[in-house]
Parts: sequence; structure tokens; C-alpha cells
Amino acid sequence: MAFYSTNEFKGGLKIMLDGDPYSIVENEFVKPGKGQAFNRVRIRNLKTGRVIEKTFKSGDTVEAADVHDTDMQYLYNDGEEWHFMHQESFEQMTATAAAVGEAAKWIKENDICKVTLWNGAPLSVEPPNFVVLKITETDPGVRGDTSGGGGKPATLETGAVVRVPLFVQTDELIKVDTRTGEYVSRVKE
Amino acid sequence: MTEVSSADWRPNADLTAIRARAELYAEIRAFFRESGVLEVETPILSRAAVTDPALASLSTQLDIAGFGPKRPLYLQTSPEFAMKRLLAAGIGPIYQICKVFRDEERGRRHHPEFSLLEWYRPGWDYGRLMDEVGALVRLALNRPTMPIERLTYRDLFRDGLGLDPWHTEVDQLRRTAERAGLRGLDGLDLDRDGWLDLLLTQCLESRLGRGRLTFLCDYPPSQAALSRVRTSGEVPVAERFELYIDGIELANGFGELVDAREQRARFQADLALRREQGRPEPPIDESLLDALEHGMPDCAGVALGLDRLLMIATGVEHIDAVLTFAIERA
Repeated sequence: MAFYSTNEFKGGLKIMLDGDPYSIVENEFVKPGKGQAFNRVRIRNLKTGRVIEKTFKSGDTVEAADVHDTDMQYLYNDGEEWHFMHQESFEQMTATAAAVGEAAKWIKENDICKVTLWNGAPLSVEPPNFVVLKITETDPGVRGDTSGGGGKPATLETGAVVRVPLFVQTDELIKVDTRTGEYVSRVKE
Repeated sequence: MTEVSSADWRPNADLTAIRARAELYAEIRAFFRESGVLEVETPILSRAAVTDPALASLSTQLDIAGFGPKRPLYLQTSPEFAMKRLLAAGIGPIYQICKVFRDEERGRRHHPEFSLLEWYRPGWDYGRLMDEVGALVRLALNRPTMPIERLTYRDLFRDGLGLDPWHTEVDQLRRTAERAGLRGLDGLDLDRDGWLDLLLTQCLESRLGRGRLTFLCDYPPSQAALSRVRTSGEVPVAERFELYIDGIELANGFGELVDAREQRARFQADLALRREQGRPEPPIDESLLDALEHGMPDCAGVALGLDRLLMIATGVEHIDAVLTFAIERA
């Protein structure tokens, strides 16, 4: 079992607390002139996403979480679980809907995703920053309006709904930024 | 640990901060020249090290003919011990600007290598020294009329948190911290001084020295390994003060302990605590004890963090902004 000392704390470090894996969001070192030093940290529960605060005595140790990120190809969804394949070993893994979370709105077969593994099992899935998806349904825009000012909702092939400019039509491909959920541009086939 | 990028050859501080440091040092030297305090230089390396369990010394090794087998030499965490030996030798009032080193300390206001101004006033008590610290800092910040206040440690806790730090048990200190909104304290195992330190740094410190110089003084004796202790209002208090400006702790001063036997006992108590905590037990500074045995004049002394003074003078939030090259670029 690996341990980290508070001296090794920094943003992104993965630690175990009360049986759950956490990622350090922020670490502040606090020390009075001649006394006890502390590390006050904000940590994110990697299972629930909740951010909590925690105070450690400097020099204390905490168990390391066996958490790491790996690029995997999304293969298919069997209706219950999501199947991914490791790019080099071709090893396949399944992720629960809870692990896939928001990424379900954006990913299509063959997309390369960042999968976070905890003790070897998928804990969370991050979609590519940009995805290209087909519009399955949107209201016909008003002709001649190319400003894109107001925009309109469009449903994509994955079921996600994004706002698009009025000139964009059903069956067109668009590029979306998955971090913000915003339309970026049209894509020519 | 930290990735080094190609921009890392550049200084952390901008030119303004680098010039401000040169100006500040010139002002300090002029101040002490005028008041008859002698500038001295003492070794950074020492065979002995500080025993304070809250401080971690860095060490290195020397390899020269005639020095005997290799053994650790410690980098000073403050020039205190060497300067006290000079005082015992009868040198009179002295000051020093030097680099000091503390392992395990890194943060917004902490850097493992930093600059201290330390000075000693034989024949003075710590109250008179507080006045001089106030005058120097007003000058350095170019704020000649900045208000100065004194606040006792006991009053700060009484007024700020409604508790008496001399008579409050650990359980109640924990509950006070929780009530004050500190989170994630479960599993935190601290002694009384540890909880007081947490409350001071997390709940009280930020309100100290707002638009003024606040001298916090008269600490619990357990929090002042090198200071004299006297009785004030039926409790023993250590003659120790700290200076705060804008919530930043800037200086730490003492009515200095001059009793060799008492000093040895405190060193040994420190080492016992270190053993308990599984921390290194460095050699006690026997030369300091010999000097105290010989006789050191009654005096008051203070150490002032020059990097933090520059942070306040230049209005920056992170210590790196006043360092030419922070440790990650060193």
C-alpha cells in the first residue's frame, strides 16, 4: 500500500479517505511562526464529484488511491453497460452508467475517451474535448438570417441538445465543445 | 516533482520588486547605523541545530582535511544561537541580514530559503524592542503615522472566540474550531497548543494588523522555547511578541532567556518530544549553553521576515513575487 506525506500534496494528487478515492483540488500550507503546521485541502470525491474540505497536520501520511487515467476507445453500449477497449493492450472493460455520467451525452462508437481507473475498474469517463455529431432534429431556420444571433435548440444523434445558429439544418454535422456544451462550427462531410 | 518549462530561466520577481529589496536593505542599514547597532555576520552552517519540534533543519556534509569524519552540518533556521554567543562575548547591540533555511515549508507565505533580519538589544525589555520594531517597519513601509497597537494573546482569544487559552481543554478547543466553520477536522489529533495554533491561524490571524501594526504579545509559556516567563494576571506568560500587518505574521520577538540550566532543560524537552514523534534528534548547541553559562546580558531580540515585509510593501499575495528565483527555478 502506498502512502503520501502532506509534503507531497499538490493539485491532482489522488488519495484515499474513508474508503473513497479523492483528488486534491487545492492545497494550502498554513504555519504559525513557531508552532504546528497544517495542510488545509479541498478535495473532490471521485465517485460523487462532491468537493469537501479537510485539515491535516503537516507531516501526516495518507493512503494513496490507485487511480490513473488511460485513453480508451468507446466500443458500444449493450443497454446496461458501456464497453471500452484499451488502445494498446486491446483489453476490454465495462463502465457503469454512473461512471460514464455526463460523457454519455457526447460519445459515439470509436471515440477515444479519457477513462479514470480506480483499482483497475473504470471510475469516470471524460469525452474528447471536441466531438462531431449529426443533428437529428431542429426547427428549419428563418431564411436569410446568417447572423446566428438568437440561435435555436438542436437535438444530436446522441440525444444531447445544444443551441445552434439558425442557418444550421437537420442532418448536418456540427462540432461541439464538450467542456462547455457549446456549438463550435459546421463540419463538411 | 514540478515540471520545468523553458520559461523557467526567468526571474519570479519583476524588476520593481528586485529594486524594492535593494532599497529596503539600504534603509535598514541606515536605520541601525543611526541608532548604533552593529551589523554582524555569523556562519550559515553549524554542527548543532535547533531542537524546536516545529522546525526542520536542512543539512549538508563537509569534506576537508583535518575536520575529522564526515558528519552532518546543519543550515541555520535562524542566526539566533551564533548571535547570542556574540552577545555573551560582550559585543553590544547587533543586527544581521541573512538567509535562513527551513525544510518542509512551502506555500503562499513560506519558502524553504528566506531572508531574516534579526537583532538584539542588551539591557532592553521586549516592550521597548516592540517600539523599535514599530519605528523600523513604519519607515520601511514609508507610512510614518501608521497606527500601532498591542494585544495580548489571552485577550485576542477571549474577545475573538470567548475562551481563555490558559484554561480551555482540548475537546472544547475542537468544538470551538468546528463552530467557527472549520471543516474536515475529524481524525485530526492535536494537543492544546496545536488547537490554539489552528484557531489562531484560521480564525483570528486574518483580522490582525488591518491598516495598523498589531503586536500580539504574552504567549502561553509552552509556545516560547527561548523566552523569559513572568506572571501576569495569575497566569504565567512568555515574554514573546509577534507583529502582524494585514493578517500576515511578520516578526517574532522575545525577552530572551539567559539561564543556561533552564535552556538546557528546554532543549532536552524538545528532543524528548521529537523522539516521541519519530523526528530527527539533532545535537544540542553546547557552544550556546557554554556562552549562557559564561553569562549573557539580559536582552530582547527579534527576527523579522524580510520577504514578507517586501510582500506588504509591494502589495503582492505570493512570496514568489518578491524572490528572484523561487525554489522550483533555483
